[in-house]
Amino acid sequence: MESFANHIIVIGGSAGAYELIVDILDHLPATFAAAIVIVLHRNSKYETKIESSLSKRLNREVISIKDKYPILANCIYFAPPGYHTLVEPDHYFSLDVSEPVQFSRPSIDVFFESVAEVYGPKAIGFLLSGANNDGANGFKALLDAGATCYVQDPSEAVIDTMPKGGIASSENVKVLSNEEIVNYFNSISS
Amino acid sequence: MAELRNSYDISFPEIEELIFLLKNVSDFDLSGYTRSSLKRRIQRIMNLEALDFVDLKNAVINIPGFQQFFIQEVTVNVTEMFRDPGFFNRLASEILPYLQTFPRIKIWSAGCSTGEEVYSLAILLKENNLYDRSFIYGTDINSKVLDIAKKGIYPLKKFKEYSDNFNAYNSKESLSNYYTARYDAAIINHDLRKNILFSTHNLASDQVFNEFQLITCRNVLIYFDLKLQEKVINLFYESLALFGFLCLGTKETILRHPVMENFKVVDKEFNIYQKIK
Repeated sequence: MESFANHIIVIGGSAGAYELIVDILDHLPATFAAAIVIVLHRNSKYETKIESSLSKRLNREVISIKDKYPILANCIYFAPPGYHTLVEPDHYFSLDVSEPVQFSRPSIDVFFESVAEVYGPKAIGFLLSGANNDGANGFKALLDAGATCYVQDPSEAVIDTMPKGGIASSENVKVLSNEEIVNYFNSISS
Repeated sequence: MAELRNSYDISFPEIEELIFLLKNVSDFDLSGYTRSSLKRRIQRIMNLEALDFVDLKNAVINIPGFQQFFIQEVTVNVTEMFRDPGFFNRLASEILPYLQTFPRIKIWSAGCSTGEEVYSLAILLKENNLYDRSFIYGTDINSKVLDIAKKGIYPLKKFKEYSDNFNAYNSKESLSNYYTARYDAAIINHDLRKNILFSTHNLASDQVFNEFQLITCRNVLIYFDLKLQEKVINLFYESLALFGFLCLGTKETILRHPVMENFKVVDKEFNIYQKIK
């Protein structure tokens, strides 16, 4: 039975984040109550097969978001390259091709800010390895809206600019090691 | 440009209030627009103009020309030449052979913004010796972007990306055959413009104005909610000749709408449909 997700777990990452994301997804339980949405910087000019290769690896569908897809429980979504992904108050995704933010489209800030607005305390944010400051403003918006935010320990990140930006955005950000991040996803409940 | 921070904010209930107000004092009805995207765009205007919500409502009612300015700024006007080169490949290989069986080819580029896609279509037709019997209508809600489209003059710095797109579509020729560069601008060749007309058209409120063999509307429906999407797709259906084609953005999903039963999926990846009944 497909139902709208009550909670949303959002993950932002860029250069150096992919391996940890794969590790996270490998350790997910078979079913979970939240929707998991990953915004990863990637170039829209080159087709990537992230969603299809992960679908094969995990033996479950990993969804590349299209406009007006519903945000469902027990689903894993990736933001498509070349668009900003937003969430609507009625819990659908919408896409937007307005100017890149922080040189990025998708922008993690844009996505997180819109998640903060719609889900507030029912959102959980993660910010992983990356080479720019995208995500820091979005983290602040999430925290201001009552969400919980975790950042990858910069000493473990392949590139620590993005996690450091997340930490600088607010004192309420919690720092987790890679192992703790994977454990977190391993124990999310259905 | 200095980065804009969200020092001015607008809540979802305030957006509803503004939409209602605008509908009452102007021809613009934004009630079918997706709210999260609208919120970003309105906040951008509030920060550009240093207006809080009360000031904004006041400006909409009392400042001459502000409604037009507001619509210009609230709509997203990002476009490229040959965006999604694979789409143009598919048009050339799958759709043009079909279109050339029509005596006249009328094309509608809906939501054409500053016109780059219209000129891309013109180049595509030219290369396939179909331009002389084609006519392209480019429409947008925003008259200011149409002024740019009519001039056909674009910043030269954008043409590096456009050339990359073009080369991915057709590596044999060069995009520079179709424009003249001068100082920091690129001017689209005159012979590409003779069968093009740019005009305002509001997809949310305006009606059928011609019959077309091809309609392209890429990355416009993403700003509309499901109800307005359905209305616009019905408008496209009524505007298409039988066996005409409808092309949408690659990330748009419309198959849930009942009118799509009258279409055949021609290309799933690039969202190309043919009206079959």
